[in-house]
Amino acid sequence: MSNSAGTPGDITRRQMLRRIGLTALVAGPGAGLLTACATGGGSAPAATTSAAPSSGGAVSAANPFGVAADAPLEVVIFKGGLGDSYATEVHEPLYKKAFPKATVKHVATQQIAQTLQPRFAGGDVPDMIANSGTDLMDNGALQQEGQLLELTELWDAPSIDDPNKKVRDMVAPGTVESGLIAGKPYLMNYVFSAYGLWYDSALFEKNGWTPPKTFEEFKAFCEKAKAAGVVPFAYAGKNASYYAYWMILISAAKIEGNQLLIDIDNLADGVWKRDSVKQAAAAWAEIGKYMDKSFEGLIHTDVQTRQNQGKIALYPSGSWLENEQKSQTPKEFKYALTPTPSVTAADKMPFEAIRAAAGEAYIVPAKAKNPKGGLEYLRIMLSKEGARGFTEKSGNITVVTGAADGLDLTPGNASLSAAQTAAGSNIVTFSSFENWYKEFETELRKQTNALMFGRISADEFCDKMQKAADKTKADSSITKQNRTV
Amino acid sequence: MRHGRYPFIVGFLAAPVILYVVFVISPYVQAFYIALTNWKGISANPQFVGLENFSRLLDDEVFWAAVRHHGLLLLVMPLVTIVIALFFSFLLNLSGGQRGGQMTGIWGSKVYRVIFFMPQVLAVAIVGVLFQTIYRPDETGVINGLLGKVGIDPVGWLIEPDLALWAIMGVVVWQAVGFYVVLFSAGMSSIPKDVFEAAALDGAGRFTLFFKITLPLLWDTMQVAWVYLGIAAFDCFALVQVLSVDRGGPDNSTTVLPLEIWRTAFNFSKFGYASAMGVALFFMTITFAALTLRVTRRERIEF
Repeated sequence: MSNSAGTPGDITRRQMLRRIGLTALVAGPGAGLLTACATGGGSAPAATTSAAPSSGGAVSAANPFGVAADAPLEVVIFKGGLGDSYATEVHEPLYKKAFPKATVKHVATQQIAQTLQPRFAGGDVPDMIANSGTDLMDNGALQQEGQLLELTELWDAPSIDDPNKKVRDMVAPGTVESGLIAGKPYLMNYVFSAYGLWYDSALFEKNGWTPPKTFEEFKAFCEKAKAAGVVPFAYAGKNASYYAYWMILISAAKIEGNQLLIDIDNLADGVWKRDSVKQAAAAWAEIGKYMDKSFEGLIHTDVQTRQNQGKIALYPSGSWLENEQKSQTPKEFKYALTPTPSVTAADKMPFEAIRAAAGEAYIVPAKAKNPKGGLEYLRIMLSKEGARGFTEKSGNITVVTGAADGLDLTPGNASLSAAQTAAGSNIVTFSSFENWYKEFETELRKQTNALMFGRISADEFCDKMQKAADKTKADSSITKQNRTV
Repeated sequence: MRHGRYPFIVGFLAAPVILYVVFVISPYVQAFYIALTNWKGISANPQFVGLENFSRLLDDEVFWAAVRHHGLLLLVMPLVTIVIALFFSFLLNLSGGQRGGQMTGIWGSKVYRVIFFMPQVLAVAIVGVLFQTIYRPDETGVINGLLGKVGIDPVGWLIEPDLALWAIMGVVVWQAVGFYVVLFSAGMSSIPKDVFEAAALDGAGRFTLFFKITLPLLWDTMQVAWVYLGIAAFDCFALVQVLSVDRGGPDNSTTVLPLEIWRTAFNFSKFGYASAMGVALFFMTITFAALTLRVTRRERIEF
C-alpha cells in the first residue's frame, strides 16, 4: 500500500526534539523550564506559526480565502472504514490542481489522538484533520482550548460549482448545525449516514421473512428466526456497544420526538428517567435476551462477518456497513436497511422515521501553518466533483446534495435511498454528547452492555445514566455545551 | 596518574545522568505538577487547581475499582507465579537425583527450560492477541472448543464480570513464570553443591531438600522476584487493554489504573486528573516496594 503511516516515527528530528521537551532544555536549562516543558511547549512554536512561509495570497472569486499558492498543506486522514484513497486520489489532486505550486503532505493513521495530541501540545499541527475513529480527539476540548478554526467563513464562501450560492446552501439541511460547538460551527460533518437495522434481503426473501414494524412483531420475528437457527439480532459488545445505544436513543426519540435527544445533549434534569427512555430501554433489553452471551466478547467485524455468513438476521449500524464489509460479503448477500420498529402505538414519529445525520467530522486547527489552505481543502471536499469522488472511493454518500446522482448505487445504498424517501421529513436528529462529553459517553457504553446482556434492568439503566448525566453537569472541569436545534 | 581522573569519570557519567534526568526524573516532576492543574493536554495554559484532582479521586468509583483490582492482583499474582516457578525450577535443577555427585534436574530439563522461557520472549501485545483467540467466549475459542468436545458449554472467560479479571491474571502468570524459573534456576545453581550432598547423605528426601535447604538459601532471589512481580501487578495495562470487553469491562470488572490514566488523558482530555491518578499509583508502588523490602528483611546466610 502506498499510504504513509501516520505513526509517531514519521516525524522530523525537530519535531522529535520538541516532543520530548528538549527544545526547552536546549533553549537554556533552568529550574522552571524543566517542569514546564511538557505544558509550555506551545508558547515557543506559536511564534513559528505566525512566521509561516507565505502569509497569504490575493483574495479572488476562485480563491475566496486568499490561500498562498505556494504554501504547503498537511492533511491527516483517519484510515478506517472509509479508507484514505478518497483523499490521495480525489481531494489532494484537486487541491494540487488549484494550487500547482503547493506541496500536499498526506498522513494516514488509525490513532488520531495518539498521533496528534503531542503535536497539538507542541504547537506543530497539520492543516486539515479527519478526526474520526475510536481514538478521535475530543472536539469539545480542542474547541475550549482555542485549537479549532471557526468554519463560518467556509460555510459563507461561494461554492465551487455555483459561485452565486454559498457553500452552506449546497449541503443537506442540518449539516452546519451538526457541527456547532458552543453555538458556532467548528466541525465539517461530511458523510451523510443513516442508522437502522441492516439485513440480507436475499436471506429474508428465501425464508419468507419481512422486517418487523413494531416491537410485538420484532419479538415474534425473533422466535421465527431462532427456530430457523439464525440469531435474530446481535451487536458486538467488546468495542461496538454504541451501535446498540444508538438504537435505544432512536427508539426513545421516536416515542417522544427529537426534543428528547436535544435534552439529552443539554444534560436536562431527569431526562434519562423519562418514560420514553425507559420504554425504549426496556423494549431493547427484551430483544437483547435473544442474543448469545458470547457476543459481548466479540468485536464488530466478528459479528458483521457472521451476518454475512447468514448466521445473524438484523444488525444495528450506520450506512458505512456495506462498504466496510465489501471484502467479506458473498455475491448473493444483498444489504438492506430497515428502520427501528415502533415501541408504542402512540409513538410521535412513524415506523418509517430514520436517524439520518451528517457525521465524520473534518476540522481545521486554528494554529495550523496554512489554515486558509485547510479551509480551501474543505471547500474542495464540498464541491460536487469532490463529493462524487468521495462516494466512488469510499462507497458513502456525502452531505453535498445531489452529488451522487447518476452513480450506480449498491443494493445497500439503494435501500438507504428508498428508506430516506419513505421517511420524508421524519428524521431522527443527531446526538452531540458523543463529541461533547466523552466521559459520559463511555459510561453509556458500559451501561448499554450491562442492559443488553441482562445484568441490569431498564430502570437501573435509566438511574445509572441519570447519575452519570448529573455528574457531568456538576463537574466544573467540563465546559457545558448547549444546542437548540 | 590520579590527575585528570575526575574529569574523566565525570565526562563519562554526565551523559547517562543527563539522560536519566531528562527521561526519568523530569517526567515525574512534571507529573506531580500537572496533577495540580486542570491541563487538557492540548494547549499551554493549564490552571492551577491545587488538590482538587485528588479530592475528586476519593469518590471516583472507577478509580477505586481499579485500586481493588491492583490489591487482588498483588495478593494473588506474585504468590501463584512464585510457587509455580519454584516448583518448576526445583524439578528442572535438583529433583533428578544425583549423578556423579551432582544434583540434576528431571530428564529433558534443558528443553523444558526453553519452553518455559518462550512466553517471556513474546511481546505483551502478541500474548494479548493470542489469548483473545484462546479465551474467545464461543465455541471458536481454543479453550471453549476443547470444552465443547467433552460436552461442556462455552465459558465466558472475559465476559463474566466475576471471571474476567481471573482470566487476565492467568495470562499474566503464564507469561511471567518462565522468567522466574530462569531466575530461580540461577539462584539454585549458586547454592554450594556440598550442602545438598551432605543433606542427601544424611538421608534427606526431596521435600526436605526443598523446604529446609533450597528455600532458605533462595530467600534473596525470592525477595527480588516478589518486588518485581508486585510492581508488575501495578501495570497490566496492555493485557487489559487488548483482552477486556470495552477496555476494562464488563462493568469495570477488569480495569486497572494505567488503563484509566490512559483513558482519562487521551480519551477524556483530562491530563491533570490523569496525572493525579499517576501520582497515586506512584505512591502505591513505592509503598509496596518499601514495605516488601522491610517485611521480608532477614539475616543473610553466608556460604
